[in-house]
Amino acid sequence: MTSLIDAPPSDADALLPPKKKQAGGGLGQYILVRFLLIFPTILILVTMVFFLMRITGDPITAAMGGRLPPEQLQERIHAAGYDRPLLVQYFEYLGQLVTGNFGTTLSDNRKVTEMLTTYGAATLELSINAIIVALLVGIPLGMVAAHRRDHLPDAVLRILAILFYATPVFFAGMLLKLVFSVWLGWLPVAGRAGTRTELSLTALEAPTGIYWLDALRSGNMAAFSDVMSHAVLPALALGLLTAGVFLRLVRTNVIGTLGKDYVEAGRSRGVSEFRLVTKHAYKPALIPIITVMGLQIAVLLGGAVLTETTFEWKGLGFQLANYLTARDFVAVQGIVVLLAVIVAVTNFIVDIIAALIDPRVRY
Amino acid sequence: MSANTTLEPAANPRASLFRRLPVVSHFNKSVGLQRFMLVVGLVLTGIFLLTALAAPLLAPYGFAQLSDADGSFPTQQAPGGKHLLGTTVGGYDVLSRVIWGTQTALLVIIVAVVLSIFAGVILGLVSGYIGGWLDRILVVVADAIYAFPSLLVAIVMAIVISGGQSSLFGGILAAAISITVVFIPQYFRVIRAETIRLKAEPFVESAKVVGASNIRIMTRHIYRNATRTLPLIFTLNASESILTLAGLGFLGFGIEPSSAAEWGFDLNKALADTTSGIWWTGLFPGLAIVWTVLGLTLVGESINDLNDPRLRGRKRSGRKAAAGAPATPAAPAAATGSGAETESSNP
Repeated sequence: MTSLIDAPPSDADALLPPKKKQAGGGLGQYILVRFLLIFPTILILVTMVFFLMRITGDPITAAMGGRLPPEQLQERIHAAGYDRPLLVQYFEYLGQLVTGNFGTTLSDNRKVTEMLTTYGAATLELSINAIIVALLVGIPLGMVAAHRRDHLPDAVLRILAILFYATPVFFAGMLLKLVFSVWLGWLPVAGRAGTRTELSLTALEAPTGIYWLDALRSGNMAAFSDVMSHAVLPALALGLLTAGVFLRLVRTNVIGTLGKDYVEAGRSRGVSEFRLVTKHAYKPALIPIITVMGLQIAVLLGGAVLTETTFEWKGLGFQLANYLTARDFVAVQGIVVLLAVIVAVTNFIVDIIAALIDPRVRY
Repeated sequence: MSANTTLEPAANPRASLFRRLPVVSHFNKSVGLQRFMLVVGLVLTGIFLLTALAAPLLAPYGFAQLSDADGSFPTQQAPGGKHLLGTTVGGYDVLSRVIWGTQTALLVIIVAVVLSIFAGVILGLVSGYIGGWLDRILVVVADAIYAFPSLLVAIVMAIVISGGQSSLFGGILAAAISITVVFIPQYFRVIRAETIRLKAEPFVESAKVVGASNIRIMTRHIYRNATRTLPLIFTLNASESILTLAGLGFLGFGIEPSSAAEWGFDLNKALADTTSGIWWTGLFPGLAIVWTVLGLTLVGESINDLNDPRLRGRKRSGRKAAAGAPATPAAPAAATGSGAETESSNP
């Protein structure tokens, strides 16, 4: 779930070796060090997940225990090598990860990498949709709240932002479904597309897996509108959660910049109040938003797990829930590792963007 | 830097003890909308607490009760009559489960927050005070966990603790410990940053000169000063732990309906009902979650804003002066509560 303590800057800086005073420069060095820090982060998460999952026992007993006679169970455990010392297995697992081999799922016997690419596209699509909703809702409303600070619109919007945060995505999703799908019948209840659309899209040559993109490329407008109608509710449920965070952030930062001298100067030159908020005060307030957007990726991915389950959106989160129920911990581990990589890389990119925009970050 | 804004004395030191209590002093500082939000938050939270304490008196039935003297409860019955909020697909009384759910939520909050404060404060103190390689390792680990989706951390922990099975005994404890792991890094970061700052203060040096042991300095001199921001994180974490618990329950890692009532689990069961237009099984547990999180968040938010002079609402006459509030790019960090954390980025 999300944290309201939105934006603690990365502690990575504290880890860097004592910096030599380099007037102005050092961007290359900063990027390098920051890049190298990705690896320990991923390694730590992989290590923790590996050992934590194995404390309770081997994956085969977890998945098949009780369903197979003990001798057969032992045989399979031995064949998979789960009876060897944990450290040996750990280093073997690391070696496999480096070569891109995540293993094979136990419950449906597929390559984990293949499973990740198939369902990853769906999760990516959901995340993009949600971010678009969050930006479209959060930023304008945040500017309104800042502009009308301490007046009724501000009060309403602030409470709205807290309400967005307080509503679990799955509950929001359920309400949206109930109202728009079941009662009003405007939008489909669940899934990513109708059966026919899904078939036509998967028949495409080299599909991206992102349905609206595929539908656009094939020029099939009926498929496109079908995909869009399926995308609305999940994107709203997940996007509004993040929209609340953006709203608060834009509000705080625009209030900060609105007090600056150059805004006052603009006002005295007769620049309209609307323009002051949307142009003068808003742009500098964007920098921290980029940082927070990076941190929101983690929140978004966590929320995606719940949103996908609510809407039967067949992405990583939906599969994660399924594999959890099936106690297929090889698959779970694969998904968790992939998400760890995504989070670590996103944070790296965000740090670099922040450093490029604001030299003070890398001093 | 903005780091110290939250450290101003909460109230006039000469005021009575009652007026210096965290929430009371904040109430006295607040005006207008902020006071309204604080009061609404306190009322919502108060009702939640009272319901949790009085659940046995308030709930018409037990949380796992399926029948009474007149026979079995009907399933999926619409609200009204004997079952004010209807019954679930399994035949449970929705109202009773919503009410009993407050107890589960409260227990999980208490266990999770107490455990994570305990572990986070100790680790933060030791890491910040001793420094060196221990500090570096702990920071990297805490950062790694912090950056990761908290729900996934909780899921992994739930697998470890209960093997993914929600047992009768460990349900609440497993959920609480899973959530604890998510929060430890937050306390760790705040306390560590504060400890590093305090370590350089003259009173710590004097204590060293007098010959106080490291443990004594940590427990008496630094601990007292470093824990001032905790009430704020506490309220925010309490609301987050409810959301995490509900998320776990929704994914099927909750507590079995026979051992306790848990809103997230009920929502999971209600998901299938929604499609057939049965709204009462999901609506009420969901509203209970929103109610509780909203209450706790409003209290936490208000305390946060009141601690930060730049965000504190002011009476109309004072607005002009307020317009000149400083706005560095670091403002959001301070504005969102954990101002102390900005310390770590410029040691």
